[in-house]
Amino acid sequence: MLSKKNLQLNDNGDLHHLLAIEGLPKRIIERILDTAESFVGINEREVKVVPLLRGKSIFNIFFENSTRTRTTFEIAAKRLSADVVSLDVARSSTNKGETILDTIANLTAMHADMFVVRHSESGAPYLIAQHAAPHVHVVNAGDGRHEHPTQGLLDMFTIRKYKKDFTRLTVAIVGDILHSRVARSQIHALTTLGVPEVRVIGPRTLLPADIERLGVRVFTSLEEGLKGVDVVTMLRLQNERMNGALLPSASEYFSRYGLTPQKLALAKPDAIVLHPGPMNRGVEIDSAVADGKQSVILPQVTYGIAVRMAVMAILAGSAR
Amino acid sequence: MKIAIRKGRVVDPASKFDAPADVFIAAGKIVAIGQQPADWHSNREINADGCVVAPGLVDLAVHVKRGTLATELAAAAAGGVTSMVCSPDTDPVLDEPGLVDMLRLRAQSFHSTHLYPLGALTKALAGKHLAEISKLAQAGCVGFSQADRGVFDTQVLLHAMQYAATFDYAVWLQPEDLHLASGGVAHEGEVASRLGLTGIPSIAETIALATHLELARATGVRLHVCRVSAAESVAMLRAAKASGVRVTADVAVNHLHLIDLDMGHYDSNFRLSPPLRTSRDRDALRAGVIDGTIDAIVSDHTPRQDDAKQLPFAEAAPGATGLETLLSLTLRFAEAAKLPLATALSRITHNAADAARLPAGRIAVDAASDLCVFDPGAYRLVTKASLKSAGKNSPFLGYELPGVVRATVTAGHVAYDSQG
Repeated sequence: MLSKKNLQLNDNGDLHHLLAIEGLPKRIIERILDTAESFVGINEREVKVVPLLRGKSIFNIFFENSTRTRTTFEIAAKRLSADVVSLDVARSSTNKGETILDTIANLTAMHADMFVVRHSESGAPYLIAQHAAPHVHVVNAGDGRHEHPTQGLLDMFTIRKYKKDFTRLTVAIVGDILHSRVARSQIHALTTLGVPEVRVIGPRTLLPADIERLGVRVFTSLEEGLKGVDVVTMLRLQNERMNGALLPSASEYFSRYGLTPQKLALAKPDAIVLHPGPMNRGVEIDSAVADGKQSVILPQVTYGIAVRMAVMAILAGSAR
Repeated sequence: MKIAIRKGRVVDPASKFDAPADVFIAAGKIVAIGQQPADWHSNREINADGCVVAPGLVDLAVHVKRGTLATELAAAAAGGVTSMVCSPDTDPVLDEPGLVDMLRLRAQSFHSTHLYPLGALTKALAGKHLAEISKLAQAGCVGFSQADRGVFDTQVLLHAMQYAATFDYAVWLQPEDLHLASGGVAHEGEVASRLGLTGIPSIAETIALATHLELARATGVRLHVCRVSAAESVAMLRAAKASGVRVTADVAVNHLHLIDLDMGHYDSNFRLSPPLRTSRDRDALRAGVIDGTIDAIVSDHTPRQDDAKQLPFAEAAPGATGLETLLSLTLRFAEAAKLPLATALSRITHNAADAARLPAGRIAVDAASDLCVFDPGAYRLVTKASLKSAGKNSPFLGYELPGVVRATVTAGHVAYDSQG
């Protein structure tokens, strides 16, 4: 069959869009992490602004609401001196198709340089990237249950900060893998960076079909899966998962898969705990863990800004 | 109208005739093969030098929409298709005899491809009340179907089959469990998991198929299974046929070539119903066609406007345009499977016609003069501009495919001639 071009890279192999971690070469992931490192310092200064993207127009287009993610992208863009506009696009139920591509065409006509896109459907940023003008960069800020690459990257940045060497780690991702774009981005990032063992832990109703083909070990017991791990990522459990027949109740879920201090004790003593937020305390994570010494949940948020600055700076610097 | 098709290689899979011969057509019938009749004067001569003269193709799965009938009949003729069975999910649904009459009369007015409608098995395809299938049959429906809607209630389906069996009408069903397929847009497996798309597991098909086959066994109805996609379904059909169930089956030609991996980065031209599955499924479907478990290869022609496809994968309308690629893709399948030309052609001619009991798919003196003249050695590039159909949504855009239709003759008319 016809070859499918890697949309994310330009002809020189540089990053042109950030749509997914899957397919990103290790050198690009490392370059983003290294660049983010240099921005962490800026964020700790009194004047937290650099002129790297002066004159560039960045549009945050959120077809699905997310105040947190949108805000961190806004801050990142502003600290790079870009002009940033955020749009919460109300989705018309009658004419979705026109909305998405017409929106893109209209914004392109306003001389946009970059689109940061959040959409409830997997693959929507690809559609936009395929129809965007050649000079426009697209950043996926979360698409359906596919990927959330900047979240995956900031998680890698956080892990690297605390653990240094990826090639000696065992990492567990716990919870609703099926619906999680964060899990997919993390899995691809971890395996690309050379983590020898990535585990996913959850009930069979929340594990995607053939997930082991992504290079992970599957556990259905939290206790078994946490044994000896260096890093634990707890995934948010959406309340609507209780509506169908995937799970009986939040409290039963917590009894099996909630991370308590007792269960965390099965991991290595210096294991760190990540959560992409927002947390459901008492559903997937006990407050004692969320606020405990091993939690790096707030540093994740801080690093998120530096990582998003790095992504934007690298994209804007990669002319096609 | 007298037409002579000269110097072609006549291939009639039904009679196993395969030899160079001239074909002579008069008054809508084939009047001679080989020897020119006495006192012959052609109104039209078709030079078939280097070409195969085959029966006009029979396509058991075409979706037509009001307003595009003219273009789609032109697409059919350009694809060498001279008989097509259309699905009842038109707008409005074909659940009243008057609507069937109207559609057939409109189609006939174009003097092109014969259109054989399927009637709705239940009113408005809602799966609750039986449609007036006896009246619909008298209006020309060749079978009764739920299109891709399924039947929610198994008791309704049992009664529908019992009633259809009373008059020996055929029931055409696409096996898909509505609950298991709910919200799904791609084969449940590694690719859908990677792409974050909701899966349709193979058991959504096999569970429904098991139900349909057991109901057919119990009622004795003639069952035609539409659009098989899973390897397990082929095994089930093979066993059912061996045990005497009156069942025939078809597969969409796309599924003989493509697998879920081919959708790449969410290419919505690969969003099909049923979904593309794995290479294992594709191989089993090919084997099913080769051994005759699957009777017919169909286009599952579903033209869509660009607006309906330029959407995120899950929101894009399913289906692919197909009338104009059926022949080429069947030839390509024959090539890949090392299948003799006549065997491959039989699945889009007389085997298909027999499954639907249509008077078509054969070349013989006194038979209807439905013929397809094509160059099997020539290649054509599939582009949007090259497609006559209103739908340009082909997963094969950009492919070079074997087989170029030179002329299509339908009921004594030249319905298509590549020379203009």
